[in-house]
Amino acid sequence: MLDLIWLLPGFPLAGFLILTLTGGRLPKNLVALVGAGSVGLGFLVAALASYELQSSGADHFTRLLWTWMAAGNFQSDFAFYMDSLTVVMILIISGVGFLIHLYSTGFMLDDPSYSRFFAYMNLFVASMLVLVLADNLVLLYLGWEGVGLCSYLLIGFWYEKPSNGYAARKAFVVTRVGDTSMAIGLFLLFSQLGTLNIQDLMHNAQEQWQLGSGMAIAASLLLLGGAVGKSAQLPLQTWLPDAMAGPTPISALIHAATMVTAGVYLIARTHILFELAPSVQLLVAWLGLITLLLAGFTALTQHDIKRILAYSTISQIGYMFLGLGVGAWSASVFHLMTHAFFKALLFLAAGTVILSLHHEHNIFKMGGKRKQLPVAFWSFVIGSLALAAFPYTSGFFSKDEILLGALEMGGPGIWLWAGGVLGAFLTGMYSFRLVFVVFFGESKGHHEAREVTGFSMVAPLMVLMVFSVFGGWIQVPVDNVFSHGAIQEEHHVSFIMHAIMIAVPLLGIGVSYLFYVSRTFSVEKLMANKTAAALHKFWFSGWGMDALYQRLFVKPFVSLARANKKDIIDGIVSIIVRAITVANSLMVRTQNGQLRWYAASMVAGLVIILAVGVLL
Amino acid sequence: MILIFVIAILFIGGILAWLSEFINPKLPRVVAVICLLVNGVLLLTLLDAPTLVQDGIDGDWLVHLKASWLPRFGIYFQVGVDGLSLLMLLLTVFLGIISCGAAWNEIVDRAGFFYFNLLWTLAGVAGVFVALDLFLFFFFWEVMLIPMYLIIAIWGHENKNYAAMKFFIFTQVTGLLMLISILVLAYSHYQQFGFFSFDYFELKNVQLGSSLGMAVMLGFFISFGTKLPTVPFHTWLPDAHSQAPTAGSVMLAGILLKTGAYGLIRFTLPLFPEATATFTPIAMTLAAISIVYCAKVAFAQTDIKRLIAYTSVSHMGFVMLGIFAWNAQALQGAVMTMLAHGLSAAALFMLAGGLQHRIHTRDMSNMGGFWTKVPLMSVVALFFSIAALGMPGLGNFVGEFLVLLGAFRVSVPLTVISAFGLILASVYSLWVLQKVFQGKYDSGKIDDASLVDLSRQEMIFYIAMMLGLVWMGMYPQSFLDMSATTLDHLLQSTEALRVGL
Repeated sequence: MLDLIWLLPGFPLAGFLILTLTGGRLPKNLVALVGAGSVGLGFLVAALASYELQSSGADHFTRLLWTWMAAGNFQSDFAFYMDSLTVVMILIISGVGFLIHLYSTGFMLDDPSYSRFFAYMNLFVASMLVLVLADNLVLLYLGWEGVGLCSYLLIGFWYEKPSNGYAARKAFVVTRVGDTSMAIGLFLLFSQLGTLNIQDLMHNAQEQWQLGSGMAIAASLLLLGGAVGKSAQLPLQTWLPDAMAGPTPISALIHAATMVTAGVYLIARTHILFELAPSVQLLVAWLGLITLLLAGFTALTQHDIKRILAYSTISQIGYMFLGLGVGAWSASVFHLMTHAFFKALLFLAAGTVILSLHHEHNIFKMGGKRKQLPVAFWSFVIGSLALAAFPYTSGFFSKDEILLGALEMGGPGIWLWAGGVLGAFLTGMYSFRLVFVVFFGESKGHHEAREVTGFSMVAPLMVLMVFSVFGGWIQVPVDNVFSHGAIQEEHHVSFIMHAIMIAVPLLGIGVSYLFYVSRTFSVEKLMANKTAAALHKFWFSGWGMDALYQRLFVKPFVSLARANKKDIIDGIVSIIVRAITVANSLMVRTQNGQLRWYAASMVAGLVIILAVGVLL
Repeated sequence: MILIFVIAILFIGGILAWLSEFINPKLPRVVAVICLLVNGVLLLTLLDAPTLVQDGIDGDWLVHLKASWLPRFGIYFQVGVDGLSLLMLLLTVFLGIISCGAAWNEIVDRAGFFYFNLLWTLAGVAGVFVALDLFLFFFFWEVMLIPMYLIIAIWGHENKNYAAMKFFIFTQVTGLLMLISILVLAYSHYQQFGFFSFDYFELKNVQLGSSLGMAVMLGFFISFGTKLPTVPFHTWLPDAHSQAPTAGSVMLAGILLKTGAYGLIRFTLPLFPEATATFTPIAMTLAAISIVYCAKVAFAQTDIKRLIAYTSVSHMGFVMLGIFAWNAQALQGAVMTMLAHGLSAAALFMLAGGLQHRIHTRDMSNMGGFWTKVPLMSVVALFFSIAALGMPGLGNFVGEFLVLLGAFRVSVPLTVISAFGLILASVYSLWVLQKVFQGKYDSGKIDDASLVDLSRQEMIFYIAMMLGLVWMGMYPQSFLDMSATTLDHLLQSTEALRVGL
């Protein structure tokens, strides 16, 4: 099956082509079969190929399909590269992807554009698989842009609403800023190292660049630019909350489980570059930490169920960046995987809530829904426990490893650890705020609503629940990809530190309980305080970043462009034309048919010529 | 002989098309398409032609022909085809057929004369792509101008006379500069070698002083730069495009602009290696400005054809950037961009023209939500917008990526500035999609009686162009290999002389 690895993106791509070419003329059950089936087949290929790779004993495998473009000494191939990092990624993408496709067959059933939805979804999965399978950065960039395109198309899926279109464009353009940085990084890497094949690149970089050399710093910074765009990290995080305008399965697949972790994958894949630039690697850690805290505080204030989850995603990817930054490579990939399980679960459960309650998004208009929506309730409880790193759930193991990695780093590591622990407190608080507000207390509206169920929607939730709980026991076999810092050594961390890491999330859940269930603390009283209210407003707006960018970039660009709509260069050309016209009309006036005027002008001309001749 | 046929078929076919109108007004378009198809077949036979070995012509020529014309002044009828020319000729024929498709139902008034002009324009273009005698080159350069002028002036829209005149004057004035440069070159050859020559290969040996060389080079550069066009000579293009009939726009954007780029590659840089080496920083700066500035102006337009016209200038900026970067990647990228932009811009102008034909306006502020009304057209528009913004997997990406990859080795700052064009391209492309196809449909704003989806015949043309772009994007090697021999040769022949870099 390894030789047929092209079938892995090939199946979803074929699904896309079938759905596009039939243009919505297929009956819905056939669309579902093609849409979900193609990804299911992809998962089978991924599983077989992974098994084959592991059992063959080799640590990597390359399959060349064809030469994509070659010019001079530059060459880029359509070639797939598989090692254990790839294995983890393709299994997540096709596995979780398949579950989300299955869920969507039920969720989107009443949508008139059923076929278009699955076409985009399939194209997304194919692009995402190419991204992680690519053996060179140009092909990776193809997948990278492809997933961005699908993200755009799916955020704006319900195109009749202009705000959806705006959110879609914002997502595309903001991430493209990062993509362009990454493209420039590619140019730099090629001009310095003479190749864009990832393995050769890493090899050459190690040979040619000193630790901390300027080129290594520049190259890793430029790639980081791409990573923060795609993974919605500071300073390019603003697009993700708005991206929630798309259908909820999209949020689960693209904006939680797979695409937004592409930045983490990119850094992990090129980790040797980052190790050559320790200052940039440390920057990755700090960016991750700041992002996870900012997003955590913001998540506390949101009342749209999907926006809470969106900020939570930003925050959790912040943890992954933190892990990358402290060199806990395997731990980051591990968290990427567990996050894919529990965040997909949470989003799909949110989809069930929203669909059941007639497209209600505001959690404060729900309340007491645990009897009404039992499946969603248990999904949320389990997903949130994993998200909050409740002991022995999947999220517990992975977050633990990242924080331990920070501790073991030494130097600023202790601060990064402390920040991460504070973030864990916030995570416990905001995740259970959501659970308590939606499922406990008294019911506020939508009393008659019944939970939307059905095999296609419940089964994926069940599977994801199992993985959210037990996913932490899966050994992520990526250690051989990362040169160091990944060996599953015994962590030498004091008992107290460990106890803190276990207790803090529980504390967060407890505080949430006191606010929203027992009502020991009152949000209303807190909001009566002016400072608290102002802070709430500030956090709610996402720390004012949107307004800032609006003022710094969008408005100046638009007004400058509008001001120059007529193209000032054309204006300059028109001046020349006008000057000629004026000169022409003056000349025409001299042709007045009066003999004495002609005689006079001839004499005058003669005088001038003579005068010039005499003077010179 | 094939070359003579190719050009003669276009000239004679033009006359036949005109005459056939008197038999049946529907005949000219058939005649035009048949001529182009025959030409296409003729050109395809050249694909596996062996490279010629012949004295006095350096380069990898597949066909070469030199016949006496005005020997007294060293003027010969000298034409030749190598990989680059062949690619351009194939593009010309392909888009020529597409133009006929665009005009098929749109042009009913004086159809015979229209197809005459169409074929004669293409004849001029084909001549430009094969001429190896500078006098002959100039002749063809002029031949493509006048019929194009007539196409805009006769079959154009509300402000056609202004636009046609502007097009004519810009091209003609700068064309005269080129003529002067050609004459100076020929005369210098007389001074240095004792006889006049307009022969491309012989003129390469002419040594001009640095200031004269620069002046003569500028004559060529301004002429080609206007055609390309580049800032600050671009302002004729938005007017010409917005006023031209659809077929005119397709030919302008798809083919005519490429003659400027071709001229730079074939003549300006090889004939004046030292002067262009000195001039490179300025030319690349102009290119970077074109990319960013015109993308920004495009964003502000409300006339959809003007908008696409400005994006054309922006994309052609990448071509000029690549040409002046003058290394293997950048040049290959420039050629690839020429081909891919030829298709994508032609398709976008066809879509804009199709919309105008249906709703009688080009003003985007009256449009919106068309996806519900014309889903097929919307998908097609989505495809070509995505292509234009440089989505990997489609031809435009390969071109622009290679251009930037190559240009980065020449100038980091200018490449970085040009890369901003990638962001701006996504801004304006998605804006057009939003404005026209997404949002809520409001039937009150437009006369939508004839707003119908794409016909089967229209779809055939779009699908042909889509397949072309996918081919270029997924397997660009078919095209890169064709131009590689030419470009490698040009690079080698100028290498020693471009010491200034």
